[in-house]
Amino acid sequence: MTLLRRTFIKGAAGTAALLVLLPVPVSATTLNPDVAAALDDILDGRTAQETGIEIDAPTVAENGAQVPLTIRVDSPMTAEDHVTAIHILATQNPAPGIGSFHLTPHLTRAEVFTRIRLAEAQEFLVLAELSDGRVLQAAARANVSLGGCAT
Amino acid sequence: MSTPHTPTPRVRLPRSARDGDEIEVRTLIDHPMITAVSSSDPRDMLARFEASFNGETVIAYDFRNGSAANPTFTFFVRAAAPGDFVFTWTHEDGRSFSTEQSVRIG
Repeated sequence: MTLLRRTFIKGAAGTAALLVLLPVPVSATTLNPDVAAALDDILDGRTAQETGIEIDAPTVAENGAQVPLTIRVDSPMTAEDHVTAIHILATQNPAPGIGSFHLTPHLTRAEVFTRIRLAEAQEFLVLAELSDGRVLQAAARANVSLGGCAT
Repeated sequence: MSTPHTPTPRVRLPRSARDGDEIEVRTLIDHPMITAVSSSDPRDMLARFEASFNGETVIAYDFRNGSAANPTFTFFVRAAAPGDFVFTWTHEDGRSFSTEQSVRIG
Protein backbone atom coordinates (compact mmCIF):
# COMPACT_ATOMS: atom_id res chain seq x y z
CA MET A 1 0.00 0.00 0.00
CA THR A 2 2.75 2.37 1.01
CA LEU A 3 4.64 1.50 -2.11
CA LEU A 4 1.61 2.22 -4.26
CA ARG A 5 1.10 5.62 -2.65
CA ARG A 6 4.76 6.48 -3.09
CA THR A 7 4.63 5.46 -6.74
CA PHE A 8 1.55 7.63 -7.23
CA ILE A 9 3.16 10.67 -5.59
CA LYS A 10 6.31 10.21 -7.65
CA GLY A 11 4.16 10.00 -10.78
CA ALA A 12 2.19 13.11 -9.90
CA ALA A 13 5.36 15.09 -9.20
CA GLY A 14 6.76 13.94 -12.51
CA THR A 15 3.70 15.21 -14.38
CA ALA A 16 3.92 18.64 -12.75
CA ALA A 17 7.63 18.90 -13.53
CA LEU A 18 6.95 18.40 -17.24
CA LEU A 19 5.54 21.92 -17.43
CA VAL A 20 8.95 23.46 -16.77
CA LEU A 21 11.05 22.50 -19.72
CA LEU A 22 14.55 21.33 -19.20
CA PRO A 23 16.73 23.63 -21.24
CA VAL A 24 18.40 22.11 -24.25
CA PRO A 25 21.84 23.56 -25.00
CA VAL A 26 21.56 25.88 -28.00
CA SER A 27 24.99 24.68 -29.07
CA ALA A 28 23.55 21.15 -29.38
CA THR A 29 20.77 22.34 -31.68
CA THR A 30 21.19 22.16 -35.45
CA LEU A 31 20.27 25.53 -36.90
CA ASN A 32 19.25 26.15 -40.51
CA PRO A 33 20.91 29.16 -42.20
CA ASP A 34 17.92 31.51 -41.60
CA VAL A 35 17.89 30.75 -37.88
CA ALA A 36 21.67 31.02 -37.63
CA ALA A 37 21.50 34.45 -39.33
CA ALA A 38 18.73 35.64 -36.97
CA LEU A 39 20.81 34.44 -34.00
CA ASP A 40 23.92 36.22 -35.31
CA ASP A 41 21.92 39.46 -35.69
CA ILE A 42 20.99 39.38 -32.01
CA LEU A 43 24.41 38.25 -30.75
CA ASP A 44 26.23 40.89 -32.84
CA GLY A 45 29.58 39.23 -32.23
CA ARG A 46 28.93 38.40 -28.57
CA THR A 47 28.95 34.88 -27.09
CA ALA A 48 25.84 33.92 -25.16
CA GLN A 49 26.01 32.19 -21.78
CA GLU A 50 23.69 29.21 -21.29
CA THR A 51 22.38 30.20 -17.87
CA GLY A 52 19.75 32.25 -16.06
CA ILE A 53 16.70 31.62 -18.26
CA GLU A 54 13.70 29.52 -17.26
CA ILE A 55 11.25 28.52 -19.98
CA ASP A 56 7.78 27.38 -18.94
CA ALA A 57 5.74 25.84 -21.77
CA PRO A 58 3.88 22.60 -22.41
CA THR A 59 6.13 19.73 -23.53
CA VAL A 60 3.27 18.70 -25.82
CA ALA A 61 1.29 21.62 -27.26
CA GLU A 62 -2.23 20.56 -28.26
CA ASN A 63 -2.53 23.47 -30.68
CA GLY A 64 0.63 24.81 -32.29
CA ALA A 65 -1.20 28.05 -33.17
CA GLN A 66 -1.55 28.99 -29.50
CA VAL A 67 1.35 27.71 -27.41
CA PRO A 68 1.47 29.38 -23.97
CA LEU A 69 4.97 30.48 -23.01
CA THR A 70 6.35 32.02 -19.83
CA ILE A 71 9.96 33.20 -19.80
CA ARG A 72 11.77 34.11 -16.57
CA VAL A 73 15.23 35.61 -16.56
CA ASP A 74 17.23 35.80 -13.36
CA SER A 75 17.67 39.57 -12.93
CA PRO A 76 17.21 42.17 -10.15
CA MET A 77 15.66 44.56 -12.76
CA THR A 78 17.36 47.62 -11.24
CA ALA A 79 18.48 50.66 -13.25
CA GLU A 80 22.08 49.37 -13.03
CA ASP A 81 21.37 45.70 -13.74
CA HIS A 82 18.39 44.66 -15.83
CA VAL A 83 17.27 42.70 -18.85
CA THR A 84 16.87 45.00 -21.87
CA ALA A 85 15.45 42.52 -24.37
CA ILE A 86 14.13 38.97 -24.69
CA HIS A 87 14.09 37.46 -28.18
CA ILE A 88 12.23 34.28 -29.17
CA LEU A 89 13.28 32.32 -32.28
CA ALA A 90 11.73 29.23 -33.85
CA THR A 91 14.05 26.66 -35.45
CA GLN A 92 11.46 24.87 -37.66
CA ASN A 93 8.84 27.54 -38.51
CA PRO A 94 8.64 29.01 -42.05
CA ALA A 95 10.37 32.11 -40.58
CA PRO A 96 12.58 32.09 -37.45
CA GLY A 97 11.22 35.28 -35.82
CA ILE A 98 8.59 34.81 -33.11
CA GLY A 99 8.94 38.16 -31.33
CA SER A 100 11.13 40.42 -29.21
CA PHE A 101 10.33 41.99 -25.84
CA HIS A 102 11.98 45.25 -24.80
CA LEU A 103 12.17 45.52 -21.01
CA THR A 104 12.84 48.41 -18.63
CA PRO A 105 13.56 48.74 -14.87
CA HIS A 106 9.90 49.83 -14.41
CA LEU A 107 9.22 46.08 -14.40
CA THR A 108 9.58 44.29 -11.06
CA ARG A 109 10.83 41.08 -12.66
CA ALA A 110 12.11 39.86 -15.99
CA GLU A 111 9.11 37.58 -16.43
CA VAL A 112 6.77 37.69 -19.41
CA PHE A 113 3.92 35.55 -20.69
CA THR A 114 2.66 35.36 -24.26
CA ARG A 115 1.43 32.81 -26.80
CA ILE A 116 3.46 31.66 -29.80
CA ARG A 117 3.03 29.65 -33.00
CA LEU A 118 4.95 26.44 -33.63
CA ALA A 119 4.46 24.86 -37.07
CA GLU A 120 5.72 21.48 -35.91
CA ALA A 121 7.63 19.81 -33.09
CA GLN A 122 10.84 21.73 -32.63
CA GLU A 123 13.32 23.50 -30.42
CA PHE A 124 12.78 27.20 -29.88
CA LEU A 125 15.42 29.60 -28.65
CA VAL A 126 15.22 32.35 -26.04
CA LEU A 127 17.92 35.02 -25.84
CA ALA A 128 18.10 37.67 -23.12
CA GLU A 129 20.18 40.83 -23.56
CA LEU A 130 21.38 42.40 -20.30
CA SER A 131 22.13 46.05 -19.51
CA ASP A 132 25.83 45.23 -19.06
CA GLY A 133 26.02 43.91 -22.63
CA ARG A 134 25.98 40.19 -21.80
CA VAL A 135 23.62 37.80 -23.58
CA LEU A 136 22.02 34.71 -22.04
CA GLN A 137 20.42 31.95 -24.09
CA ALA A 138 18.33 28.83 -23.62
CA ALA A 139 16.48 26.43 -25.86
CA ALA A 140 13.47 24.24 -25.17
CA ARG A 141 11.81 21.49 -27.15
CA ALA A 142 8.05 21.33 -27.62
CA ASN A 143 6.06 18.65 -29.42
CA VAL A 144 3.01 19.85 -31.33
CA SER A 145 -0.20 17.83 -31.85
CA LEU A 146 -1.67 20.22 -34.43
CA GLY A 147 0.65 22.47 -36.45
CA GLY A 148 0.21 26.19 -35.95
CA CYS A 149 1.26 28.12 -39.04
CA ALA A 150 -1.77 27.73 -41.36
CA THR A 151 -2.22 31.52 -41.59
CA MET B 1 -11.58 45.87 -50.75
CA SER B 2 -13.11 45.15 -47.35
CA THR B 3 -12.96 47.51 -44.41
CA PRO B 4 -10.01 46.53 -42.18
CA HIS B 5 -10.99 44.89 -38.89
CA THR B 6 -10.72 47.25 -35.95
CA PRO B 7 -9.58 45.24 -32.95
CA THR B 8 -10.64 45.94 -29.37
CA PRO B 9 -7.76 46.12 -26.89
CA ARG B 10 -8.44 44.74 -23.42
CA VAL B 11 -6.29 45.22 -20.33
CA ARG B 12 -6.59 44.01 -16.78
CA LEU B 13 -4.69 45.67 -13.95
CA PRO B 14 -5.62 47.01 -10.48
CA ARG B 15 -7.07 50.54 -10.32
CA SER B 16 -5.22 51.24 -7.09
CA ALA B 17 -2.06 50.00 -5.43
CA ARG B 18 0.18 50.81 -2.49
CA ASP B 19 3.43 52.63 -3.18
CA GLY B 20 6.05 50.12 -4.28
CA ASP B 21 3.58 47.29 -4.90
CA GLU B 22 3.98 44.95 -7.81
CA ILE B 23 1.12 45.26 -10.32
CA GLU B 24 0.25 42.37 -12.62
CA VAL B 25 -0.82 43.63 -16.05
CA ARG B 26 -2.62 41.40 -18.56
CA THR B 27 -3.40 42.49 -22.11
CA LEU B 28 -5.35 40.93 -24.96
CA ILE B 29 -6.30 42.16 -28.42
CA ASP B 30 -8.46 40.38 -30.98
CA HIS B 31 -6.43 40.14 -34.15
CA PRO B 32 -5.97 37.28 -36.66
CA MET B 33 -2.23 37.96 -37.23
CA ILE B 34 -2.28 36.64 -40.79
CA THR B 35 1.30 36.12 -42.00
CA ALA B 36 0.21 35.09 -45.53
CA VAL B 37 3.03 32.52 -45.53
CA SER B 38 0.73 29.57 -46.20
CA SER B 39 -2.65 31.16 -46.96
CA SER B 40 -3.99 33.17 -49.87
CA ASP B 41 -5.32 35.89 -47.53
CA PRO B 42 -3.42 39.19 -47.64
CA ARG B 43 -0.93 39.80 -44.84
CA ASP B 44 -2.59 41.39 -41.80
CA MET B 45 -0.17 41.70 -38.88
CA LEU B 46 0.41 43.89 -35.87
CA ALA B 47 3.97 45.22 -35.74
CA ARG B 48 4.42 46.46 -32.18
CA PHE B 49 2.90 46.58 -28.72
CA GLU B 50 3.93 49.19 -26.21
CA ALA B 51 2.88 49.92 -22.63
CA SER B 52 3.82 53.28 -21.16
CA PHE B 53 3.29 54.82 -17.73
CA ASN B 54 3.14 58.62 -17.41
CA GLY B 55 4.75 58.87 -20.84
CA GLU B 56 7.65 56.47 -20.20
CA THR B 57 7.92 53.09 -21.91
CA VAL B 58 7.48 50.21 -19.46
CA ILE B 59 7.63 47.29 -21.92
CA ALA B 60 7.36 46.84 -25.68
CA TYR B 61 7.15 43.89 -28.06
CA ASP B 62 7.99 43.53 -31.75
CA PHE B 63 5.68 40.99 -33.40
CA ARG B 64 7.17 38.51 -35.87
CA ASN B 65 5.45 35.72 -37.80
CA GLY B 66 5.64 33.29 -34.89
CA SER B 67 3.47 35.48 -32.62
CA ALA B 68 0.04 33.87 -32.10
CA ALA B 69 -3.33 35.31 -33.16
CA ASN B 70 -5.18 37.36 -30.54
CA PRO B 71 -1.89 38.42 -28.93
CA THR B 72 -1.80 38.36 -25.15
CA PHE B 73 0.84 39.49 -22.67
CA THR B 74 1.33 39.32 -18.92
CA PHE B 75 4.00 41.37 -17.17
CA PHE B 76 4.73 42.89 -13.75
CA VAL B 77 5.22 46.61 -13.06
CA ARG B 78 6.27 48.49 -9.92
CA ALA B 79 3.68 51.01 -8.71
CA ALA B 80 5.95 53.91 -7.82
CA ALA B 81 3.55 56.81 -8.46
CA PRO B 82 -0.07 57.52 -9.37
CA GLY B 83 -0.62 57.95 -13.06
CA ASP B 84 -1.82 56.71 -16.39
CA PHE B 85 -0.95 53.58 -18.32
CA VAL B 86 -1.35 53.76 -22.09
CA PHE B 87 -1.34 50.51 -24.08
CA THR B 88 -0.85 50.82 -27.85
CA TRP B 89 -0.83 48.22 -30.62
CA THR B 90 0.48 49.42 -33.99
CA HIS B 91 -0.40 47.61 -37.23
CA GLU B 92 2.12 47.08 -40.02
CA ASP B 93 -0.09 49.41 -42.12
CA GLY B 94 0.45 52.26 -39.63
CA ARG B 95 -2.93 52.21 -37.85
CA SER B 96 -2.75 52.08 -34.07
CA PHE B 97 -5.19 50.99 -31.36
CA SER B 98 -4.91 52.23 -27.77
CA THR B 99 -6.51 51.94 -24.38
CA GLU B 100 -5.68 53.74 -21.14
CA GLN B 101 -6.07 53.09 -17.44
CA SER B 102 -5.22 55.17 -14.40
CA VAL B 103 -3.74 53.74 -11.21
CA ARG B 104 -4.18 55.45 -7.82
CA ILE B 105 -1.61 55.08 -5.09
CA GLY B 106 -2.76 54.86 -1.49
